[in-house]
Order: sequence, then C-alpha cells, then structure tokens
Amino acid sequence: MASYFRPASLEEALVIRADADVMPIAGGTDVYPAKVSRAGWGDMSHKDVLDISAITSLRGLSQSDTHWRLGALVTWSEVARASLPASLRGLQQAAREVGGVQIQNRGTVAGNICTASPAGDGAPNLLALDAEIELASRTGTRRVAMRDFITGYRQTACRPDELVTAILIPKLPEQAEAIFLKLGARRYLVISIAMVSALAVCDGAGRILDVRLAVGACSATPQRLASLEQALIGEPIAGAGAKVGKQHLAHLSPIDDVRGSAAYRLDAALTLVRDALDGLAGSARRAA
Amino acid sequence: MQQRVDTERIVLTLNGHEQTIDAEPFASLADTLREKLGLTGTKIGCEAGDCGACTVLLDGRQVCACLVPTCQADGCDVTTVEGAGPHGLTDKLRNAFLAHGAAQCGICTPGMLMAATDLLATQPAPSRADIEDALGGVLCRCTGYTKIIEAVADVAANRALKAPTAEAGHAVGSRIARVDGFPKVAGTDRFGADEAPADALWMRVIRSPHARAQFTFGDLDALKARVPGLVAVLTAKDVPGENSFGVFPHLKDQPVLAEGHVRFRGEAVAALIGTREAIETLSDRDVPITWERLPALETTEAAVDQHAPQLHDFAKGNILARGHLRTGDAPNAHAQSAATAEGNFETAFVEHAYIEPEAGYALPVGDGPERIEVVACTQAPYMDLEDTARALGFPPSRVRIRPTACGGGFGGKLDVSVQPLLAVAAWVTKRPVRIIYSRTESMASTTKRHPAKIWAKSSADAQGRLTSFEMIGDFNTGAYSSWGPTVANRVPVHGMGPYKVPNAWLRTRAIFTNTTPAGAFRGFGIPQAAIANETLMDDLAEKLGIDRWQIRRANALDHGDRTASGQVIKHSAGLPMCLDALKPDWDEGLARVAAFNATSQRVKRGLGIACMWYGCGNTSLSNPSTMRITLAQDGTLTFLNGAVDIGQGSSTVLLQIAADALGLPPQAFRMIVGDTDLTADAGKTSASRQTFVSGNASRLAGEDLRRKILALANAGPEARLSLESNRLTIIDGEASRTIDLATLAADANGIVLDGNGTWDPPTTTLDENGQGVPYATYGFAAQIAEVEVDTQLGTTRVVGIVAAHDVGRAVNPTLVEGQIHGGIAQGLGLALMEEFIPGRTENLHDYLIPTAGDIPPIKIHLVEDPELDGPYGAKGVGEPALIATAPAILAAIRHATGVRVDRVPVLPHRLWAALKAGEEAEA
Repeated sequence: MASYFRPASLEEALVIRADADVMPIAGGTDVYPAKVSRAGWGDMSHKDVLDISAITSLRGLSQSDTHWRLGALVTWSEVARASLPASLRGLQQAAREVGGVQIQNRGTVAGNICTASPAGDGAPNLLALDAEIELASRTGTRRVAMRDFITGYRQTACRPDELVTAILIPKLPEQAEAIFLKLGARRYLVISIAMVSALAVCDGAGRILDVRLAVGACSATPQRLASLEQALIGEPIAGAGAKVGKQHLAHLSPIDDVRGSAAYRLDAALTLVRDALDGLAGSARRAA
Repeated sequence: MQQRVDTERIVLTLNGHEQTIDAEPFASLADTLREKLGLTGTKIGCEAGDCGACTVLLDGRQVCACLVPTCQADGCDVTTVEGAGPHGLTDKLRNAFLAHGAAQCGICTPGMLMAATDLLATQPAPSRADIEDALGGVLCRCTGYTKIIEAVADVAANRALKAPTAEAGHAVGSRIARVDGFPKVAGTDRFGADEAPADALWMRVIRSPHARAQFTFGDLDALKARVPGLVAVLTAKDVPGENSFGVFPHLKDQPVLAEGHVRFRGEAVAALIGTREAIETLSDRDVPITWERLPALETTEAAVDQHAPQLHDFAKGNILARGHLRTGDAPNAHAQSAATAEGNFETAFVEHAYIEPEAGYALPVGDGPERIEVVACTQAPYMDLEDTARALGFPPSRVRIRPTACGGGFGGKLDVSVQPLLAVAAWVTKRPVRIIYSRTESMASTTKRHPAKIWAKSSADAQGRLTSFEMIGDFNTGAYSSWGPTVANRVPVHGMGPYKVPNAWLRTRAIFTNTTPAGAFRGFGIPQAAIANETLMDDLAEKLGIDRWQIRRANALDHGDRTASGQVIKHSAGLPMCLDALKPDWDEGLARVAAFNATSQRVKRGLGIACMWYGCGNTSLSNPSTMRITLAQDGTLTFLNGAVDIGQGSSTVLLQIAADALGLPPQAFRMIVGDTDLTADAGKTSASRQTFVSGNASRLAGEDLRRKILALANAGPEARLSLESNRLTIIDGEASRTIDLATLAADANGIVLDGNGTWDPPTTTLDENGQGVPYATYGFAAQIAEVEVDTQLGTTRVVGIVAAHDVGRAVNPTLVEGQIHGGIAQGLGLALMEEFIPGRTENLHDYLIPTAGDIPPIKIHLVEDPELDGPYGAKGVGEPALIATAPAILAAIRHATGVRVDRVPVLPHRLWAALKAGEEAEA
C-alpha cells in the first residue's frame, strides 16, 4: 500500500520530495483519474503520495505592485470568483470551462499545468500572460517562464525534488483585455479539441500596442503565435481577425485522435484565433 | 513529518454531526462514506470525476467525493444526500424531484440533489443557465435533464408542485409520483454496490488485454500461497456446470471464464477472490498468464472475407444470423418509379453508459451450499436465473435472483454480467462474494449497440407515394451472440419506416468480429435503420419537390393499412395524428429558420423531421407475463410483480393499472418486485413490453381478484371497494357489505383471496419472406429537430425538439414524458457525440454522452390512439422515444448546411470535412 504524507509546512514537504519518489496531490482531480485508468486494466500500483493541501503558505491569490500571485493551492473556482482585471478574463473564462463545478472547486491551476496535458485549459492562458512558475526545492527557489515550463507531452521542467509553489502573472496596463475560447463536442465536462487564449493592449485609438495569442490542444505543448503577434503590432484591433492566415499557425503540429482530425484542429484553431481577435475588438469597442 | 501507511483518525462534521473515523488517508471520501460509514446514498459511477454521481458538499461546495482524499476532509463540513441540507434545501429539492418525476433510475439523483443544493444555497434566484452550469458536472442517462432542471427551478421560485394522489378507479391517466421514488430521492434505495454481507469476500476479474489470443496459466496455487488474503483464483475449470451463457437456448456461446482462447478485449479469463486489500493491490501482471496474440477481426468486412478465421465453429463465414423480408418485386418497382434515392450509411458502437456499473453479491444458503442467491442489478431476473443455474450445474430451484435497484439499463443489463461469476465464486469459496465493476470494466466487457453498415434504396411515384424499398444491413455483433439474432430479425420488419410500401426487400446479417459483444440497446437496430430510411425520405422529397412533412404524411401507416410484413394494423395507428399535431410546429419552424438564416452567414439554422415505429414485445415469439395480487387476513394487499423497474417506471404504471382493475387506490398496495422466489416470470424489461404485456397481466390479475371479491359479496360489476385494515367494504348502489377478512379461510401464508393474470401478445411466426404478424401492436412517433450549425467550426447545437408520440394511453403522463425526454437525449448523443471504440473510449471522458447543457427545450404532444389489445389502451414508449431523434437531427443539419450526413456520430471534424468537401465541389 502506498505511503501517504501530509506535511503542514513546505520545508517538510520538500524534504519528503527530495527523499522519495512521491506523487504530489492537491485537489486530486488528476491523480485519482490516473489511478483509476491504470487499475482499469489491472495495474493496481500507486506511488507514495505527497499531499500538499495542508501547507497554508501555498494558499491564496494575492498581488504585489508587479505581479498577481496564485498559490499552488488556488483552485479554478477561486480564480473564477475573484475580482480580477480584464487581462485575466481569459483565465477566468477557462476557470468556468474546466470540467464541471465539482472539478473547478477542487482542481488547482498549478496542478493543471503540472499534469501538462496538451488539452489542459490553463496553459494557453498562462502562456499568453507570460506567467512564471515558482519552483521550490531544498536547495532554493527558482522561477521558470511558462514557455519553458511545459517541455513536452505531459512533461514539465519541475525536477523530481521540486514542487510548484506559485504561479506569478505580471501585471499589465489596465486597458489590457483577454479572452479564452474552448472548442469541445459537448457543453460541460469536455476535453478541448482546440482552444485559444488571446490578450491585447490597445492605445486610445484602438491600435495594438501588445498582443499575445496562444493555441492549445494543437501540439504536444501549447504554442504562442509569434509571427502573428509581431504582424499585428501597430494594427487596429478592429479587423485584426481578418489578418490571420494559415501561415501564422504553420508551426502547430496537431494530431488525429477520437476528438478530431489534425486538419480540422488546425482549421478550427485558425477560426478560433480570428474569433478571439474579433472578440477583443468587440471589448475594445465597448470600452471606448 | 506525517507518514501514513495505514489508517488515520479523521474528525469531520457530517450532515451537522461530528463524526470520528479511522480511515485510510488516500481512500476516496466516497469510498469512506460508503464502506466505513455505510452512507451509500453517495453513489460511485466512474471514480474519475466524469459523472458526478458521488457529488457531496465539502465546506458547502459541491465536489466529487471520489476525487477527495479522505484525510483532506479532516476538520471539514461534509454534507451528503442523507442530510437535510442547509436550511432544509435538500429536503425541498427531494420533494420537487419526486413531484416532477426528476428521478428515474435514481442513481444520479443524490449527485443532482447535492449539486442543486450547492446552487440554491449560494444563489437563491438562478437563471436556467445558472442551473445548467451547476448541474453540468452530473451526468444523467435517463431523464434528459429536463424534469431535473424544472424541479430545481421550482424550488428556486418557491413553488411546490405536488404530485396528485389517485382515487380508487382513477389511477390510470394520473400523474402520481413514482411508487419507488422516495428511496431514490432520499438516497436510501439499494443499488448493486450498496449492500453485501459484512463477511463477503471481494472479487476482481482479470480480463484479456487482447482482442484475440490464446493463453495459458502458470502456477496459480503458488500465487495464492504467496499473496496474503487471496482466497481463490477462479478459472474456467472451476465452473461446476456449463461454462457458457447467452440469450438464446441454442446460442449459449460466451464462456463465464474463457477456456484458453479469447475473442475480444475485455473478455474474462480469471477472477481473484479474497480480501478487498488483496484483490485491489495484486496487479494483473503479477498473475502468471502467458498470452499468444492472434490477428483480430476488427470489422465486418474482415470477418466475412473468405480467408478470415472462423470465430465460432457453428457460424460459417462468421455469420451469426440473417434476417429477411420480401414482398412484391422491389427491384422492378424501383425501375418503374418517378424518383429513386439510395445511399450507404454507417453507425458506431454505442455504449449504454448507465451511471451504475454492474455490481452485486452472491450468497451461499444452507449446507453444501443447498442454494445460491444472487443479489445484483439486472433487467431480466429469470434469464439471470437460467444462466446462473446453468453455470452452477444446478436445477433452477436451487438459485434465487434478487434484483437490486437498477441504476439504468437501456438493454445493457439484459445479459448476465456479474451473476454467473458471483455464483461460481460463492460456490467455490462457500462464502458470500461481492463485486463492483469499474467503469472501464463495465464499458470494455458488456454489450453495446451494434455498429451498422447499411445500404438502402427507396422509390416513390410522382405524388411522393412510396413504391419500393430495399435495404441490406450488416450489423457487427462482436465476439458473442447476445442479442444479435434479434437485431437481425427486427430490422427487416421496421427498416422501411412506418410507411405504406407495396414492394420491399430487406436483408440483414449479424456478423461476428473480435470486438465487444453487441447486444440489446434501446431499439435493437431500428435507430440505425431509421437513419437510412428517413434520409432517403428526404432525398425523395427533394427530388420530387415535395415538403418533407408532406411526404411523410402521405405515406404514414394508418388504420387498416397493411405493413410490409403483411400485417393489417387495425387500431392504434396514430402516426397521422402525430404528424398532424406537429404541423403548426413544422410551419412555424420553417419560417423561423428562414428568417434566422436571412441575416446569419456563418451560423445557420435548420429544421428536420423524422418518423418511427416500433413493435412492442418480442418478434414473433411468445413473451408472456404473469402477475399476482394477494389479499391477506390482516388486510395486507400485495402486488407481486416480476417486472423489474430499471427507472422507466413500470412499478408505478403496472400498479396504476392493477389498482384500477381491482378498484382500490394505488396507495392501498404494497409491492414485491422481481424476486424469483416470490414473483412469477413477467419476462424481461425490454422491447418496450412491460406497459403493454405486463400491463395486461396486471389488469387481468386485478380483474380476477375483483371478480372473486364481487362474487363473495354477490355484488354487481359497478360496485365500489374500500379497504380499511382487515375490513373490506363493497358498496353496490344502495347496498353495502363489509367483509372481515380475518374470518375468511386463509392459506399457509395468510392469503384469503388472490388474483392472477397471464398475458401473451398475439403474434404469428414469420414465413420465409418475413410475412406474418410479428408484433401485437406498434408505437408510433414523429419528431422535429431544430439545430444551429457553426459552418466554420462544424459544431452543431440542437436548439429545440418537438416530439409527438402515440402511446395508446398515457397511464402516467409524467413518466411518459420522462421516457420521451430521456430517449431524445440518447438519440441526440447517437447523432452527435457517442462513439465507443474498444481500447480507446473506455471511460466517460473520452466517450461523451449529453450533459445538462446539451439538451434543448423539448415540447411534447401526447397522442392517444387507443390500442384495443392494450391495458386501458396503452402500449410501450421506452424505445420509440429514441428512434426518431437522430434522423431528425441529421435532417436538420442537412437543412442548415446542405450536407447529407451518412455517418454518425456527426462529430465536429466530420461535419467540417463534409462542409469543406461541399465548398470545394462548388468552387
């Protein structure tokens, strides 16, 4: 039977993490399904478990002058309910689309990116927000940029002796707007076929000063659309959607699976990127 | 540091009371509530957060208890369905669910109640969208969510709908609450996993990971000696009787445990029996099995190839069964017609996805043991009895089947699953043994809807009257027979749709492959066939320039018409009435869609219509039902009803019928349901037969008892009865007589009077051309679907359904509506999202069924064209509810986009590809 550790302090947790091959657990919304999936075909094994839920220092959503800080235990529901600026609206929209309310109430944003599923709803938003992931080990704390955190299919930069302690999101100008679009084959409890997170900062005339676009579920890891972002700087947000071309998504490498074909994913991503920019233009228009 | 290897003391506040438990910290809260605290109201459907059946409130917020480590509940407030909820909200919701008929099988009900409690505690005036959001994490497979959402909205608005109480003689037609409903909303109903003797051993089945393979075991005795708590490892050689089961007496081809050879991924090869810890920590790889994989036949094309291996010796060419119907000269008639349409159609494996995985226990009784009792969820206790006795080598009298509440069936719990395994395990160990299938195991090992590949061709004259219809259908029946012959035989009778067709030729095959056995699923092949015939109907309408409603109305079977099997339908042929009821909805819908599309480029709306018919009862086979009502000396009136209620409401409907036949109110009865020691065989809960067939038996039993009472009192047929404890009063006009039942002679069981009824629907065998009377009556329906398609993304949203169903007589309109809502939800799933792929979609996040946010508003027209052979005019609705929905949705997609869909499910990427192909063809 697996050992179960539930320390009350980060220091204790990091000692356990350094000494043993443990599976960290917070909300449990990925750990239990993975266990059940293995047991479904007769693999009854389970790693020892490191429960971080009692570590109070990992709780809470807070802000400094420069950053928003999501402790590793912050759930999707906490994000959804928090009073946050428009730049975090995409993340809040994702928070309402993850699983059902039960999953949102338990699942953590940090856990979502640690699972690093290509279809994880958190990653594209954090990628667009240029978030940083705070990692702690017995030897110290480091920050990894979100674009470097997810390194491959269900792989992250988190070392076996480290734990994610927080997600840090740089603050943006107050006119920053964000949107998240998720495509699935049913309304709730659905794994994304494709998804797009978009964020734009415009000047008073509606010209794009800064724009970030990230696509999920269309590659092993979520991808920013760098060439499109560059092409849109200085352009009016109104009509920006029409400037998106297939070439801007050429670096994506979607797969065929039960949820959709690769060709469909790519085309749907193109549509969603256009829709997202149109949506941001709409927000800008309403704000003006 | 806190290292935990065993149990931990946890203190929580459970439904307002402090509770201290010693629990394994990593055990899920759901497991701890159920197994440690006996609070089985919290159900487990998937253990993966996919179904929400285990929803409880943790510190006031809804969570899946199967995803919460028990130790995290330490110091928390936990609210379950067993509690009254904050401000008594759960109690209010319970009453609303009962009054609205929002609980059918009841397995999702506790989860729904808790999700709704969370919503209303935090948001007292929710919108419909808020309600859908709150319930979106709980799957329901029975209700189509409609009545659940209505019940929650009622409580939010402080309305308190009350279900009526039926007076004597007025039960039929009344919306009384389901008689088995209170335990379902209270969380006290007992499903397959909810009870077992405390000393029961646990069982876990080892299943083949390969679709076709040979295997041998190593030293299992050594394994047993090595693993503490492992009591037995069952293999085929432990089966004391015949190691085979199956639906048909001549087709018992599926082994209880495979004998050295497996034919599908998921087939049972061995069973571990022991302590729970032993069987849940021993991995399959630690069991010495040597596999030799063999090439598998994955498709029907591969299976009928002349070089294909023979999967069963008795089935030459891997053909299990053929069906055939021929009347007139179809090929020639096509050539003479004004318009002809044809096409190929393809459907997928569809999973029943009942929220309750198969579960139960077996109990050895007496020395030897003398008898084995199996307590498990089922749709067919007498069939379970037969196959369980067969596996044990027992006469049937030595086996007892006691059905638990059944958390959804839809055809998937007609076949035995756990029953023979449990019985053999109890026989070998001489101990009670229990099993709970995992979701993956349930999906990988139990039956599915047959995937179909259908070619069909239909012709009409210039006025749109059908002249000829042909169909050739291949149905993938998987590795074992199950209900394959039934599908092969039902489809030729129904395959042309509910229309007059003078010339028809239909041929079907059920073909063995190395895939999951396909069996019974709501409609037995007719939903697949309806997609073909209804699409061709629209093709003909298009070719002839006739409105799609009009062409159906012109061809609809009516009173006195002859079916393609040569049967003249004398009464209860309400399809023309259904279509007429829909006509205003059709006209308004067409106008609404046109107006919408005039200003919308990317998103297009469309309207579709489809009809269906469905024979109630078994095809040309005797399928009797026997019912009994007893009156005891102490005045206890008992309805002994062998028809298991799988959520559809037969216990309530049959009681309403029996009550009116006798002349006492439903609440005067107590019920005993489906216990093979106590009730007579009522046949299976399948084929939409219980209201019609068992309804007649119930009517006859009620009338029989009434006749005996009236004779005793020398009263006339119009006399009224009343029962007050042991005093039975008969009021005949001015005269009144009271009988003290205690004074009457009683049998050994204290019974003084009884009524018995047996009924078997009148049918004839079908000749070599499929001609005859296969069913005594048919359900008819027509449905309109309205959809919205995003033509860029290929996504489809159903925005409305209007359903008109001829049910003969709605014995309980609330329950009939519930059947229709639920059937529509399953039809929507069939059309848009459901595709079971062995080895790939064996869970409820890769296999999608509709959620609370996917079901549109549903408007129902109940048409009552009485069936003179039915009880009070009633006939079945269970399967008819589903059949028309998918073709109506496909027709609406076609109307919206021009894409003629010939494959389901219409996943977004498939519709997108078809839209692209259309654009390219135009360019």
